[in-house]
Amino acid sequence: MLKGNFIDNLPKIYGLYTGGFIAFILLMAVLEQMGLGADTIGILFVAFTIFIYAAIGWLSRTMQVEAYYVAGREVPPVFNGMATAADWMSGASFVALAGGVYFGGHGYLAFVVGWTGGYVLVNSLMAPYLRKFGCYTVPDFIGTRFGGNLARLVAVIILVVASFTYVTAQINATGTIAARALQIPFEVGVWFGLLGILLCSMLGGMRAVTWTQVAQYIVLIIAYLAPVIWMSNKQGFGIIPHFSYGDAVVRVAELEALVGVGTPAAEKIAGVSVLTGLHNAPGDNMAAWKFVTLALCMMAGTASLPHILMRYFTTPTVRAARKSVSWSLLFIFLLYFTAPALATLTKLQLLDPTLATSIIGKAVADVNALEWIQKWSSVGMLAISDSNGDGILQINEFFMRPDIVVLATPEIAGLPYVVSGLVAAGGMAAAMSTADGLLLAIANALSHDLYYKIIDPKADTRHRLIVARVLLIIIGAAGAAVASLKLTGILGAVAWAFCFACSGLFFPLVLGVWWKRANRAGAIAGMVAGFLAGSIYLYWTYTTGNTWLGIDHLRFGIIGMPVSLVAMVVVSLMTPEPDAEIQAMVDETRDPSGKTVLDMAH
Amino acid sequence: MSQDKTEARARHWMRTKNLTIVVLILWFIFSFVVHWFANELNAASFLGFPLGYYMAVQGSLIVFVVLIFVQNVLQDKIDDEAGFSEE
Repeated sequence: MLKGNFIDNLPKIYGLYTGGFIAFILLMAVLEQMGLGADTIGILFVAFTIFIYAAIGWLSRTMQVEAYYVAGREVPPVFNGMATAADWMSGASFVALAGGVYFGGHGYLAFVVGWTGGYVLVNSLMAPYLRKFGCYTVPDFIGTRFGGNLARLVAVIILVVASFTYVTAQINATGTIAARALQIPFEVGVWFGLLGILLCSMLGGMRAVTWTQVAQYIVLIIAYLAPVIWMSNKQGFGIIPHFSYGDAVVRVAELEALVGVGTPAAEKIAGVSVLTGLHNAPGDNMAAWKFVTLALCMMAGTASLPHILMRYFTTPTVRAARKSVSWSLLFIFLLYFTAPALATLTKLQLLDPTLATSIIGKAVADVNALEWIQKWSSVGMLAISDSNGDGILQINEFFMRPDIVVLATPEIAGLPYVVSGLVAAGGMAAAMSTADGLLLAIANALSHDLYYKIIDPKADTRHRLIVARVLLIIIGAAGAAVASLKLTGILGAVAWAFCFACSGLFFPLVLGVWWKRANRAGAIAGMVAGFLAGSIYLYWTYTTGNTWLGIDHLRFGIIGMPVSLVAMVVVSLMTPEPDAEIQAMVDETRDPSGKTVLDMAH
Repeated sequence: MSQDKTEARARHWMRTKNLTIVVLILWFIFSFVVHWFANELNAASFLGFPLGYYMAVQGSLIVFVVLIFVQNVLQDKIDDEAGFSEE
């Protein structure tokens, strides 16, 4: 059936895969009609998809350095775009984004703008040049461009801190979804999730992660779009709701005044909250300042997070690296412009008394009889409390957790269970693919930059790849151990990772390409000062609760980045300029043609 | 390295820099300026959306996607004209 090599057959292979997945969904739908229980459907969805990912991971096993670190540099742009999109969109994007827009209103949209606009920076400032450089990891670029083990080591430390913060949140998400779908305790779910993640990455490194991420993107985007489009049709919002929900935004604003959104709850219930923020109220100058600072931190963080940048090392050419950035953003955009539509339509369904699905203003007894209300209340993700005792559900008497906006949508709209199973598989794919990319980024930096480049430069290939895999398991286990402690909220951990990355790495990476005069002392000063300033500010604002200029713990990169820039420029100018060889290297990096910079150096 | 190659590189880098600066100016406008004035834009309506809201949920995002695709076409042209294309 398949002639020629694997790369040429990619469209056919993933076409078959997509068809197979759709056939599986239809099979589940048929089985549901025949009386298969909701729990079994959920288990089948999660187990089947993880089995496929593990099979891809096994088939991609390798003992070659180039394949393990950069997937053999043969990934075509469209497929690298899909892999990057899966790498990028975490459990938080999939599960929490729509809920964040539902509760956070306009201010939360800074995440949506930031997490897409960051790719303009990746494309303009980073990806093509790092690809031309030909490095295996991000610290590899820092270490070679600026020279010296100290610069490399500092970059490794920042990478590990940022990525590890992020990965615990992702393992937490896989644990949550696995626990719910497979009916096992959360602590077991975390380890089960980790097992799935390692199966995808351990044997084949970047090559295995690339091909599983493409498969995971296909699952997650179908799982996100299908329920929204289905619900929209069923509820009469149009076939593709994205371009026509403007009226719903206006209508929500009218209803907010009618039902009194903004009235605080009369009581507190742990883990859940009532809706008090307006859907579309951009607020005063302070709110605008908070919007742009958050967006900036997320954008610069996007352009400095190693698990994203290293995806662009896997393309055959510099031009293909740029092309794959454009595909990445297009594939990411498909989910990000759906999330606010989902949030708006769900809110309208709950608020609008003319819709059958509405609950606000209805009798509490009737609402409590609804199946989805009972199901989510029983697991503590939703609560109804008739605080004023009038028997009518008010807006400030309906408590819920932001995460369930995506997960409960199929049930609110009365869609079959097969859709809920699909959504669980999608959330799992999103969390697993990001966790895989992050774990690999950390393990590769430690094995390539710390072990091979600093500790034992004479290590042979076999030895290096075994060390890489052992580290992968150790870091994964450490991540799972931290995740099972449930120390941080998912959103907080994600925003911190972006701020750590942009505080320490953004300017050293950018200026490494764009400013020839930047030298080793400057880069080290920039990384250390930016990272420390950001971290100290985070510690201060998080422990005391004080903020300076409204910069809270989600946007501490606003402190770290300027410190990093100033330190790097000042120290570079106070010390001698880099030698002719380094300057020639920078010229070479800017020229897209010819061999990679590292190949020429050998 | 030959004098020609050095000059070709300098010209290529100048054009690359100019393109990048234009792209980053557009990026700045649609990332920050537009959202700073969300209240004012909300007075206008686009496809039935308040404009300020529209820009945050779709407008800026679409601009970013188109911007990167167009930038890459123009950058390819710059590379080709400098004789720096790889294929």
